[in-house]
Parts: sequence; C-alpha cells; structure tokens
Amino acid sequence: MMFSPEIVMAAVLNGVMTGSVYALIALGLTLVYGVLHIINFAHGAMLTAAMFAVFVGHAVFRIDPYAMIAVVAPLFFALGYALQRWVIGPAAHGSESNVLLVTLGLSIMIENALLAGFRSDTRSIDVPYAFSSLDLGFTFLSVPRLVAFGVSIAVAFLLWLLLARTDAGKAIRAVAKEPTGAELVGIRVEHVFAVTFGLGAACVAVAACLLMPTFYVSPRIGNAFVLVAFTIVVLGGMGSIPGAVLGALFVGVVESLSGLFFNESLAQLGVFLIFILVLLLRPRGLFGAKA
Amino acid sequence: MRQERLSLVLSVGLLAGLAVVPLVTAANTVLNFLVFAMILALAAHGWNLLAGYAGQFSFGHAAFFGVGAYGGALLQMRAGINPWVAFLGGIMLAGIVGAVIGALSFRADLRGSYFSLVTLAFAEVLRILVNATPATGGAAGLLIPLDVRFANFQFASRAAFYWIALALVALVTLLMLVIENTRFGAYLTAIRENEDAARALGVDVFAEKIKAMTLSAAITGAAGGLYAQYFLYLDANIGFGPWISIEALVAPIIGGLGTAAGPLVGALALQMLGEMSKTVAGRIPGIDLVLFGLLLVLVIAFMRRGVVGQLQRLAMARGGA
Repeated sequence: MMFSPEIVMAAVLNGVMTGSVYALIALGLTLVYGVLHIINFAHGAMLTAAMFAVFVGHAVFRIDPYAMIAVVAPLFFALGYALQRWVIGPAAHGSESNVLLVTLGLSIMIENALLAGFRSDTRSIDVPYAFSSLDLGFTFLSVPRLVAFGVSIAVAFLLWLLLARTDAGKAIRAVAKEPTGAELVGIRVEHVFAVTFGLGAACVAVAACLLMPTFYVSPRIGNAFVLVAFTIVVLGGMGSIPGAVLGALFVGVVESLSGLFFNESLAQLGVFLIFILVLLLRPRGLFGAKA
Repeated sequence: MRQERLSLVLSVGLLAGLAVVPLVTAANTVLNFLVFAMILALAAHGWNLLAGYAGQFSFGHAAFFGVGAYGGALLQMRAGINPWVAFLGGIMLAGIVGAVIGALSFRADLRGSYFSLVTLAFAEVLRILVNATPATGGAAGLLIPLDVRFANFQFASRAAFYWIALALVALVTLLMLVIENTRFGAYLTAIRENEDAARALGVDVFAEKIKAMTLSAAITGAAGGLYAQYFLYLDANIGFGPWISIEALVAPIIGGLGTAAGPLVGALALQMLGEMSKTVAGRIPGIDLVLFGLLLVLVIAFMRRGVVGQLQRLAMARGGA
C-alpha cells in the first residue's frame, strides 16, 4: 500500500504530538525509577484519577481543562509526596517486590474506587476548541494537540532545569547516585524520595489535563497508557530522561504510522505485543542506559 | 512449631472441617461460597508456588486460569472429548502455555518487576484475542451445554462438586508439602533468596524456574477448569480478566506467602471479605476489590508473613519449639 507524502507527513506530525503526551507520562515513571529505583505500578491509576479530577472540575465547576493544570498539578504533587513518604516507603521495608505489591495494591484501590464512584462508562468533556485546527497547507493540525505538544515540551524542559540547575535538583541527583552518601552529607533522603515521587505524580496530572480535551476517561484507561509509558521507558533506558522523551516521540510516530496500515481494533493489542517484544528482545533500552 | 508442621496441622484441620460442611447444611449460598473459595484457593496455590516458593511475582496468572477454563470447555464442545478428559486437557494446555511464557521471559532474563509486567501483558494479549475470536465465543462468551450426568462432570448436587474441588485443594496442598521437602523445593528457595548465588552453586536456574512455572500454571489452570464446569459459562473477562490475577495473588499473601496453608487460609478470608462487602455495600461494582487492595497494602506493611506467619509467631511465643 502506498500513501502520498502529505498523508505520511501528517501522520508523523500527529505522532509527534501524541508522543509528547506519552513523554510526560513516561517522564514521571522514569524519574521515579531513576531516583528511587522502584517501578511505580500505580502510575496508570494516578493518571486515571487525575483525568477524573479534570472531568469533575469541568462537569461540576466548569473549569477549563487547561486551567485545571494549576489545580491538579500541585494537588497530585502533594498526593504523590504523601503516598511515598507515609505509605509506600514505610510499607515496603526496602524490598523491591514489596514496592511492586504495595503500588499494585494502591492501583487496585484507586481504579476500583473510581469504578465504584463513576461506573465503567467512558466519559468525555465538551470544550469549544476540541475540533479547532490550523491549516498547514498539506494538512490540518489539531489545536488541542498542538497545545499538548507545547506544554509537554515546556514541562520536560522545566524538569530538566530543576534537575540540572537548582539545589533541589542537585540533591535529587545525589540521592539517585548514592543515597547513603547523600544522607551522610545531610540530605534528607526520605524527603527527596517523596519529592521525586510527587514530581512524577505532577507529570501525570499535567498529562491528564492535556489529554482530556480530546480524549475520554474510564476507570481502566490508565492501564493502556501506562503500558505505553513502560514500553517507552524500557526503550529509552530505565531512568534516562532524554531516553524517555526520544522513546516517547518514537513510539508516538510508530503508533500513528501503523494506524495508517492496520485497523483500529488491533491498536490495543499492538500496545501489549510491542511491550512484550521490547522486553523480550531488548531489556537494556535502545538508547544505552542499563536496565 | 516449624512452619511446615504448622501448615500441615492447619491444612488438615481446615480441610477436615470444610469436608463435613455439606453434611451439616445444604444451603446453596453456603455451598456456592465454599466452591468459589476452593476454586480461588487452587488458583492461589498455583501463584504461590511460583511467587512464594520461587520468588517470581506473576501479575498475569489470569492467562493460565483462562487457558484451563477455555481449554477444557472448547475441548468438550468443539472436539467432543469427554469433559473429565477435557478438564485434564485444559490443565495440560495451561501448563504448556506456562512453560512457553516462562521460557520466553526467563530466556530474556526478566527478573523482579520486569517479569511481573511481562506476565501482565501476556494475560492482556490473551484476553483481547479471546474476546475478538469467534471460535472462542468472542465477546458473547461460551455456554457449556447443560447436561447433568456424572460422565459430563456435571452434578445435580452442589455438594458432589464441592467435594471434588476440596479434594483437588487437598491434593495440591499435599503436593506443596512434599515439594518443600524435595531437592526441587530447595532449589526454588535458593533461587528466591539469591538467583545468582543459586546459579553459582550449580542450580540450573532456568530449568528449575520453567518447571515451577509449568506446574504453577497447570494448578491455576485446574482452577479455571473447575470454574468452567461449575458455572458452565465463560467470557474473556471471567477467564482472562485482571480480577483473577489479583485474587490469586492477594489470597496467598494474606494467608502466608510461601506456605502450604497460606492459599487456602487467604482464599477463605478473601471470599468472606468479598461477601461481607456485598452485604454492606450492595451491588456497587469494585468495592470488594478496593478492600482487597487495601488488605494487600496493610498485610505487606504490617504482617509480611501473613496469617500463617502470625500464627507461627504466636505458637513460638507460647513456648513451642
């Protein structure tokens, strides 16, 4: 099957836009892995919870989803901080399998509490700009997706600035490299762990605000996104931030291009198959960093 | 008291007590409750062998439950095989699927969280495929024709079915107690505690993990087969849905990870909690799973070795050697 360059070009552009939101979700996951060396299995459930928060904010208080960033990002930062500081950290007793089981327990609780509260229906919000687009000559670019792209890149850049240029970032990097050494020079490791976890949660909260104008939410939606995010993080190398961004853009483009060739119902299956293949064939990541 | 002794005493006591229940009451609700608890206990035993003994935490045991259930149902419906034989066939298929998934994952050296994630993905792939395939009944599901005869593995009396399920749980409990005292059991413990050290000492880690995975999948597959024969209806979410992966994992952790009595104790506890939540909260979906998730976090935080571990501590405190 052949497609004109315009169509392929449009699919690539769309893929980059989608990939940028994936990047935000994957950034949260890889940041937590890079610093705490744990896989947060509740990442997807947190995304779902944030999407419902945006939904409720719009349905009940008529707050614009983009304006909700100012509400849910700090809220989820605080929630993430509290979860790591007072639930996951103490409950896990420092063992990897415990962390996995505790975060699994949390994700079961969050998902099913949402199911109990909202039932399994899919919900979306109506915003006037959902279908507005820019004419590029050869294709139309959806405005909400363009906003998502811009905000994602901005957040990734801010995160990089925070890590590279501030004292807090220096402390986070120190803890990531050598927790015991960091503790010895007076860094409060538990606090840094919790701040990192909070940043990860804030990333999914922003992603939720960017997704809601064009996407829908249901209690189990987080699973699909989180497996995409895991795929990206494994591709990019666990703990690597540039790896996560590049991996996300790559996956976004691949997904968008394969949408041209395969039918829609296979997309869901594709996410899981690609994840399995990536894990089985290349557990160390395409961009170097060791898993 | 040693953990094995305690598990033995606890299991014999529980199983004996459970065996006489149908003689006391014929109430459908009681027997339904118990049959379901036995199915769950069996699924949990399978998960516990792999996670509790060998240290490999699967998040996708639904894959094996589903293959056991669908395998048994399809073999009798589409191939006309006797349901008892089909049940065994389903168990074997589950074992084979377990061996294949195990071989792929362990060959890629997936450990810890990576193994958990890949098993979850395999279960989801099977769920989506079964849901989309007309031959497996698709989204409408699969109805095993009602034909109540002993030869069909269908009984007029719930008690008969219950005793068969109970006997299977007893058999698997015995198998676990035996495994604990074999070289195989010791290898699994060594792998759980330190895989690299076990390899250095000459344990064929890959082969032992595959064996554990195969047996684990077959046991959980048996639970699926029983489910299919009891309810005579399956769909992709029942067979391969996340609920069974979660319950097969939460039950042994509550009961006591890596103990022979843990899965049965945990399954009874979960089943009771589930029923209570239904009585209190009515038909709100998801409430029982919220409680299971909460229980999982609490047990990991405060009671790492589950009910059996706690009982053992009490017994030791009373001066038992």
